[in-house]
Amino acid sequence: MSKIKYLKSLLETKEISCVELTKKYLNSIEKQNNIINAYVNVTVEEAIKTAKKVDEKIAAGEKLMPLEGIPMSRKDNISTKNIETTCCSKMLQGYYPIYDATVWKILQDQNSVLLGKTNMDEFAMGSSCESSIYGATLNPHNTDYVAGGSSGGAAASVKGNMAAFGLGSDTGGSIRQPASFCGLVGFKPTYGTVSRYGVVAYASSLDQVGPITNSVEDAAIVYDCLSLFDPKDATSIGSKISTVDKLNSSIKGLKIGIAEEYFEGINEDIKSSIDEAIKAYEDAGAQIIHFQMPKLHAVLPVYFIISCAEASSNLGRFDGIRYGYKTDSYKDIEEMICKNRSEGFGKEVQRRMLLGTYVLSSGYYDAYYKKAQNLRYSIIQDFKKIFESCDVILTPSVPVTAFKKGEALIDPIATYMMDICTVPVNIAGLPAISVPCGFDRNKMPIGMQLIGNSFEDYKVLNAAYQYEKQTKNIGETSSYPEVEI
Amino acid sequence: MSYELVAGLETHIELSTNTKIFCQCTTAFGGEPNTHCCPICMGMPGTLPKLNKKVVEYAVKAGIAVNCKIRNISKMDRKNYVYPDLPKAYQISQFDKPICYEGYIKLSSGKSIDINRIHIEEDAGKLIHERGGTYIDYNRGGVPLIEIVTEPDFRSIDEVLEYLEKLRLIMKYIGVSDVKMQEGSLRCDVNISVRKKGEEKLGIRTEIKNMNSLNFIAKAMEYEFERHVDILESGGKIEQETRRYDSELNITESMRGKEDADDYRYFRDPDLVNINVSEEEINRLKDELPQLPDEKMHVFMNVYGIPKDDAELLIKYKKIAEYFEEASKDIKNKKLASNYILGQIFRRLPTDWEKEECGISIPPEYLSELISLIESKKITSSMASTALEKMLDSGKSVREFISENDMQGIDDDVLKEICMRAVSENQEAVKSYLGGKEKAFSSIIGYIMKETKGKADPQKAAEIVKEIIN
Repeated sequence: MSKIKYLKSLLETKEISCVELTKKYLNSIEKQNNIINAYVNVTVEEAIKTAKKVDEKIAAGEKLMPLEGIPMSRKDNISTKNIETTCCSKMLQGYYPIYDATVWKILQDQNSVLLGKTNMDEFAMGSSCESSIYGATLNPHNTDYVAGGSSGGAAASVKGNMAAFGLGSDTGGSIRQPASFCGLVGFKPTYGTVSRYGVVAYASSLDQVGPITNSVEDAAIVYDCLSLFDPKDATSIGSKISTVDKLNSSIKGLKIGIAEEYFEGINEDIKSSIDEAIKAYEDAGAQIIHFQMPKLHAVLPVYFIISCAEASSNLGRFDGIRYGYKTDSYKDIEEMICKNRSEGFGKEVQRRMLLGTYVLSSGYYDAYYKKAQNLRYSIIQDFKKIFESCDVILTPSVPVTAFKKGEALIDPIATYMMDICTVPVNIAGLPAISVPCGFDRNKMPIGMQLIGNSFEDYKVLNAAYQYEKQTKNIGETSSYPEVEI
Repeated sequence: MSYELVAGLETHIELSTNTKIFCQCTTAFGGEPNTHCCPICMGMPGTLPKLNKKVVEYAVKAGIAVNCKIRNISKMDRKNYVYPDLPKAYQISQFDKPICYEGYIKLSSGKSIDINRIHIEEDAGKLIHERGGTYIDYNRGGVPLIEIVTEPDFRSIDEVLEYLEKLRLIMKYIGVSDVKMQEGSLRCDVNISVRKKGEEKLGIRTEIKNMNSLNFIAKAMEYEFERHVDILESGGKIEQETRRYDSELNITESMRGKEDADDYRYFRDPDLVNINVSEEEINRLKDELPQLPDEKMHVFMNVYGIPKDDAELLIKYKKIAEYFEEASKDIKNKKLASNYILGQIFRRLPTDWEKEECGISIPPEYLSELISLIESKKITSSMASTALEKMLDSGKSVREFISENDMQGIDDDVLKEICMRAVSENQEAVKSYLGGKEKAFSSIIGYIMKETKGKADPQKAAEIVKEIIN
């Protein structure tokens, strides 16, 4: 039984009240968070308030909604009315949104219990949480390592039994990479299926909200709740398909595509784990199809040009005038804005905004931004072609396992390169999942990525689910020591 | 050496949709500062724009009305620049694929002013400098605008003014904007250059930004034209720059030079999807358009026989033109209706605003009824005038003031008798008239009208009087 289902059954059979369950999680946070640093803001009152509401419903014998009473965490870039939302930046410390993000509204309607807001790289730019103003999030699997990023806090909150599931956002791998590093499931849905309204934008054409969970089934449960059409988001389409209902489809004859370019330069341990996974699929009757993806080499520059360009525009609004960080002394408005931004934004954010400003500047636009857009279009076409003959594509989630603390900061370019497997998915707006598929020689988790065609999220989830079931490698989800009931 | 003025216009028109371009806030003018705002038009982090469909419809209507082609697929772009009245640090606008392109407006001379493009964009907030500080009012932020850009086709200030009057009238007629210049719902940037007469090559241009009065536009252009000429005459060079007009000093002054020009880093707004306008949709909107002022002018002059100056006056106010059409619908002598409106009725609507609002106390049917009584010779025009005054005072129909009895007219013999009395009692006037003073004759007729309480047909009376005198 998946964690969410398990906890719900405990609530429904009244083995534990929602307030008790919530307190157990809050205790777990209290015990571990000073080391792990998963949460930047724990919302005790909010959590207990919701839990009480759920207990009343249970007492009244009402049926619970899929995520009702389930304690969860949320990345700090998802706006919550009257709850500080900082994007882990000095720029937004003390900023309390005046409205709710749509995904939060959905979870509120579900009476999902918000435990708090989780750590992330500043404005979701990074892959180790180390660009957060609150410092790195450590990997609960082994605290010598980071939890990854940018949704590192979300992953750590789930891995450390500090939340039943976490909501993250994924612009270039920010859900899948930390899930992979922590040995969890991370699902980045098709662009447009989950509303972006209220998620502080990094790169609007790439950002997508999704769950980090202990199991594929949990990911499907959360995704089904979140994938509603949102009239407030012009790019929202939503999804009417229940992916949970499709989880038991057979994968006999499922066509799995493998492109060798995805395996270039990955370490031996990862290679052999993925090979085993491929074998497991073959054993289950799936068909392996090899194809080539020569444009994979172009993907990183395309990603960085587009994401930085959009970020440079999206983050222009943070001038410290109406909200956010304000410098102490200035002589005029121009100096004030300059100082607010120079002092309020961290190095990585400034680097990406400068890069983005540059590629959009007149005289450079054609050479960079326009070319990147053209390439993006042709990469989308390539994927379309591949999905004519494949159901899903299988790749490593990340070419490496978790970084040691401080490692990612040494060489930003080398760190950027680690996004090679996750980034193409965002460029093409596709759904993709990272599922645990083994451990390296240091016993750090390895993640396998499954990519699907647009709006075939159910295929991705089912393929992952079947693997999980077959290998029983369900990310240690069979035990729930933290709840101890 | 004589110089020629060359100018092109960028006109911003606020669309009169009920809600803003990307959110549900009201577009109403005024209001306490920052009360017509929401997280979306305030650009709060995480908010997203959703394009108001009405804005697209209005822009397409505007495009059709000025003979533009309409793009079936267009998109929105971001224009990035930092200014406190722009809370997102970018304005959502259209860059390389404006929704309408290649149109024109014909001036009365027959000359066409070519329209390069019309695009959709959002308005910014307003800075208020007060009590030693600067305040921001975001009420206007997110109000939908169209920007209409002409080619540099203007050769005189008069052409510019005529174009703007025409543009205003068209937008008013099709109902996409209330085009109130004093409220800033029509604002203009003028690009201006000069060259020696007969020369092909355009001179270096300057741009005068953001003017909202025809009077200021004329004055600013005049000043700027002379400034250019003076510089050229003294052997100088024009700087390409953006200038502002100071109406108090009646000068233009530099805002920023070419080097300081912003690099707007335009790129497609990833938060918004394509704007699709099908041919069917375009046709539907075309069918919804009312008769445009030029067409109306043609009908008024050539079909109704209204003199040009009068027709222009009627058309200048959409509601007045409609009132006229309604009032003259069932009568043959349309000009009579026009005369009553432009004469007695306009006297009661002294301001532009009152004419614009067509604040006439009687419905057009009442005027129509009055005129048909004249046409059927049941009452005289003199009776009609008197009655109309009473009607306008009370808002009541002509039947309240003229009885069946009044409409009987006057027996020919009785009229003859009165005419003879008029001649005998006005000998002085008769003498003057016979002495060549035409004016004196009307005092004799006036006497008759008074005696008959206006019931006499003045023409008939005149004939009888002349018979008697001669």
